[in-house]
Amino acid sequence: MRALSELVEAAASDIDAAADLAALDGVRVAYLGKKGELTLRLKALSQLPADERPSAGQAINAAKAQVQGHYNARRQALESAALEQALAADAVDVTLPGRGTAMGGQHPVWRAGRRIERLFREAGFGVRSGPEIEDDFHNFTALNIPENHPARAMHDTFYFPDGMLLRTHTSPVQIRAMVEEGAPIRIIAPGRVYRHDYDQTHTPMFHQVEGLVVDRGISFANLKAVLHQFVEAFFERKIELRFRPSYFPFTEPSAEVDIRWSEDKWLEILGCGMVHPNVLESAGVDSEAFTGYAFGMGIERLAMLRYGVTDLRTFFDNDLRFLRQFR
Amino acid sequence: MKIAESWLRDWIDPDLDTAALTEKLTMAGLEVDGVHIEGLGLDGVVIGEVLEVGKHPNADRLSVCRVSTGSGEPVEVVCGAPNVVAGMKSPFAQPGVKLPNGLKLRKSKIRGVVSNGMLCSAAELGLGDDSDGIVDLPADAPVGEALTAYLGLPDGIIDVDLTPNRGDCFSMLGVARDLAALTGTPLSMPAIEVVPASIDDVQPVETPLPAGCPSFAGRVVRNIDRSARTPLWMTERLRRAGLRPIHPVVDITNYVMLEFGQPLHGYDYAKLRGTIRPRPASAGEKLVLLDEKEIELHDDTLVIADDSGVIGLAGIMGGLGTAVTDETVDVFFEAAFWPPVFMAGQARSYGLHTDASLRFERGVDPQGQVRAVERATALLIEIAGGEAGPLSHVLNADELPQRRAVVLRRERLARLLGVEIDGDVVGGILQRLGLRAETVESGWAATPPSYRFDINLEVDLIEEVARIYGYDGIPQTTAVAETPVARIGESEVDFDRVTQTLIARDYQEVVNYSFVDKDIDAALTGRPSAFELSNPISSEMSVMRGSMWPGLVTSAAANAARQQERIRLFEIGRTFHGSLDSHQEVHRVAGLAAGPALPEQWGSKARSLDFFDIKADVSALLELAGEGCRHAYEPLEHPALQTGQSARILRDGVEVGVLGKLHPSLSKRLDIKRDVYLFEINADLALVARVPAAVPVSRFPAIRRDIAVVVDEKISVAEIVDAVASTAPALIRDVKIFDIYQGPGIEAGLKSIALGLILQETSRTLTDFDADTVTTSAVRKLQQDFAAELRD
Repeated sequence: MRALSELVEAAASDIDAAADLAALDGVRVAYLGKKGELTLRLKALSQLPADERPSAGQAINAAKAQVQGHYNARRQALESAALEQALAADAVDVTLPGRGTAMGGQHPVWRAGRRIERLFREAGFGVRSGPEIEDDFHNFTALNIPENHPARAMHDTFYFPDGMLLRTHTSPVQIRAMVEEGAPIRIIAPGRVYRHDYDQTHTPMFHQVEGLVVDRGISFANLKAVLHQFVEAFFERKIELRFRPSYFPFTEPSAEVDIRWSEDKWLEILGCGMVHPNVLESAGVDSEAFTGYAFGMGIERLAMLRYGVTDLRTFFDNDLRFLRQFR
Repeated sequence: MKIAESWLRDWIDPDLDTAALTEKLTMAGLEVDGVHIEGLGLDGVVIGEVLEVGKHPNADRLSVCRVSTGSGEPVEVVCGAPNVVAGMKSPFAQPGVKLPNGLKLRKSKIRGVVSNGMLCSAAELGLGDDSDGIVDLPADAPVGEALTAYLGLPDGIIDVDLTPNRGDCFSMLGVARDLAALTGTPLSMPAIEVVPASIDDVQPVETPLPAGCPSFAGRVVRNIDRSARTPLWMTERLRRAGLRPIHPVVDITNYVMLEFGQPLHGYDYAKLRGTIRPRPASAGEKLVLLDEKEIELHDDTLVIADDSGVIGLAGIMGGLGTAVTDETVDVFFEAAFWPPVFMAGQARSYGLHTDASLRFERGVDPQGQVRAVERATALLIEIAGGEAGPLSHVLNADELPQRRAVVLRRERLARLLGVEIDGDVVGGILQRLGLRAETVESGWAATPPSYRFDINLEVDLIEEVARIYGYDGIPQTTAVAETPVARIGESEVDFDRVTQTLIARDYQEVVNYSFVDKDIDAALTGRPSAFELSNPISSEMSVMRGSMWPGLVTSAAANAARQQERIRLFEIGRTFHGSLDSHQEVHRVAGLAAGPALPEQWGSKARSLDFFDIKADVSALLELAGEGCRHAYEPLEHPALQTGQSARILRDGVEVGVLGKLHPSLSKRLDIKRDVYLFEINADLALVARVPAAVPVSRFPAIRRDIAVVVDEKISVAEIVDAVASTAPALIRDVKIFDIYQGPGIEAGLKSIALGLILQETSRTLTDFDADTVTTSAVRKLQQDFAAELRD
């Protein structure tokens, strides 16, 4: 009879020689199966004298454990090799495009518009809206632009036969919001506005965001701060701003705001000012107790600067080849 | 308004270069749109004298001239200008000169004759746009002198964009005055020479409506020299301001207007009849204007009339009948103050817009009439001689605008601007602006000068102080404000989610004009729009849309024409409903899809889009309203859609939207050569969300039972599902449709529907017996209601 150590060695070499799981299983049966050599030796223990049994039994069990360990390791190796092989056969060309539908995209004007909205919301501004078909009172008179005021000539207005009009700015929302909510108030109002002007740099419809803050002690210094913060937040960089005296009937003092776009180029981006006392009063707000600022900016203008769009009119051509650049 | 820098510097010459000067103006609210430097590139252009003009041997339209250039022998020059004559003085560009228009001059042969330079038109020199002939310089122009030296070039033409409140700046005086206040540099205006009267002629003037004409200054000048020409210095200044020389009298009135901002009118005195009376027109009266157009007057217009009738539109334009001509020898100058309230909107109502009306509408200095007439008289006598009568001035002093003291509170100034400005600085600014400012306890009481129509309220003074102090001097201070937590309703339509949902389903957002083609709108909504613009840009943009579809189909057609095969667009916007006197604006979400269902790809079979693709998109949108909102679809007949392929969407029985296939005749008419599917949802109704109200999930397993029934093909699946669900509402969680079949094995006119019933109880595990009972009663219900046959 072979010594146990030889048996273990033979088993080890048989295990190593097994090329696949079936062969390995044959080896297992030959040594560890019901009639396997090691199993038979254990069964033969009963024929030994009683005093030899414990030590012989221990030796056989140790050999069995050794073979079993060797077998387990080999089995794991063969199994993972088999898995590897199966998986390799399953490989796909990962560079092929995915199946199914694609993604659409957001219009650049609203991409910019929603971004402006988010920035102001974070700063505590509420969002309001008003009608696009407006009356003369809200679009002009309440904003300190009485009939025949020269400023009306600056607004090329679309009219309906009964004197109603398409709002020329989002400023009427100021009036509606103040009448409804009173002061203090802190809102923006994005939306469509209309002017009778159609050329390379004007479209008869465009989008504005109006801003209005009325509270006790609101100052021009506050207006400067909020707009500078907004512009830098929108463009995500430091930008020099220039507040230039200007004129809007509904604000005083009024300013146009330019940003320094390059060494010697200022670009006008918005109009603003302190809400005119007549406007506060026409909306039922006490102009002695409250002061406020208002601003209005063209979303298209900001979108053009932000995304490098050079022709305003492309926003309304709805050419998919253009729009697909804005996901 | 165009201002020649050289002229401005005659009035005020601060120690600033052109860039700094214009920056100063811009930052004070007189926005400089641009500066055009005239007269650059004219080195080598001299004053030439045309000695002889001969015919070109080989060209009818050309002449060959001998031109003296002041030094050396006269040179031979080929000239094409029709106005060239011997004895004329004209700018002459020598070979080697590169003109502002880019033309480089060389000695060259023109049709066989050598030309040694060029006689130039104004346009060729960049001095205006006159290209009809060569410049005709005055006879005393020194031959050989550099043109730039002679004309005082180069000069900056500053284009100032004045805001409507600053009517006082529509002149040299106005701009110089502001510049003086800004820089502290003294203003030196031309001395006004008072011309003594040498004759007695006075034109009688009466003002029957004193409020309409508070001040009317006039003067007769007789026996002027008809051959007098406006001198070059004046025509050059007028030209640089954008005005053409017309007649010495007209040129002088224009010149004085540019100097002082007071429009004047010069009449041919011989053509005036009797007394001049500014008065309101009678409706229907007619007047032929200087531009030879006849207008019919309305009764709210102020006119100038004499005994013969209306002779001019007050403050806008004179009449042709009394205008000066080359024959005029006697002149009557008028300078009046027409209050803005009488002028507002008048010029526009006649389709006119003149330098005079612009100024009067915005406010002319009510104290400036006499000065203007004196100045015009002196200039006329200097240029054309003549004898002046006494100056007449009708003054209705009570009707002049009153300038009241306005109180500026120190505290208010600081509060509104957010900066404390030193009191002396404020006082100094008010004073430099020409206000009479007294110190009072709260601050200042300041009376504005007569020419400032824009200062009436405290805030007007605050603006003036801020403007001169400089907006740059105001700090940036973040406001400390109470900002209560925003109240955002969870049910409010969340357009960001709407947008993201549609983008994720491969729709591209578009923005269309809200005004659309009237016919397309009517074709797509089935009714004419109630919102037709009085003044549309074009017929394609003439009515407010009653549906989002006109814009979408127009955009789709344009993209189809640009070879886009697969088009999927959506737009969020408003549509307009009701009537003008009570209109509603409805928030809409609308979409359009055309072309293949999927982008071209390797892994999925190409197929055309159908109704159910777009229905899935719509359903996904409606899901935003929240779990448990029941949206029903029912067949719809719609003027724009193909019947049998279109549906109305109901929410709790109310129509909230429509979807379907664009009628093929419309696709064809719009030139989209493929099937187009459209949807439009009323966001205000369909997408107002239900706040989730959670119920516990059942711990017990669900059972599924499948049945297949054969029914008449006209019976809708929704009816079947509703009927099944109604048999055991507490147990049936869901009814799935997993097959619809028509074809072999099913009789024509019938269809087979396979349903999966998902059954579940919250309190116990259902038994097979429970499930069989439900299934049996469902089948029975279908048999009763729809004569359904169970399929095995």
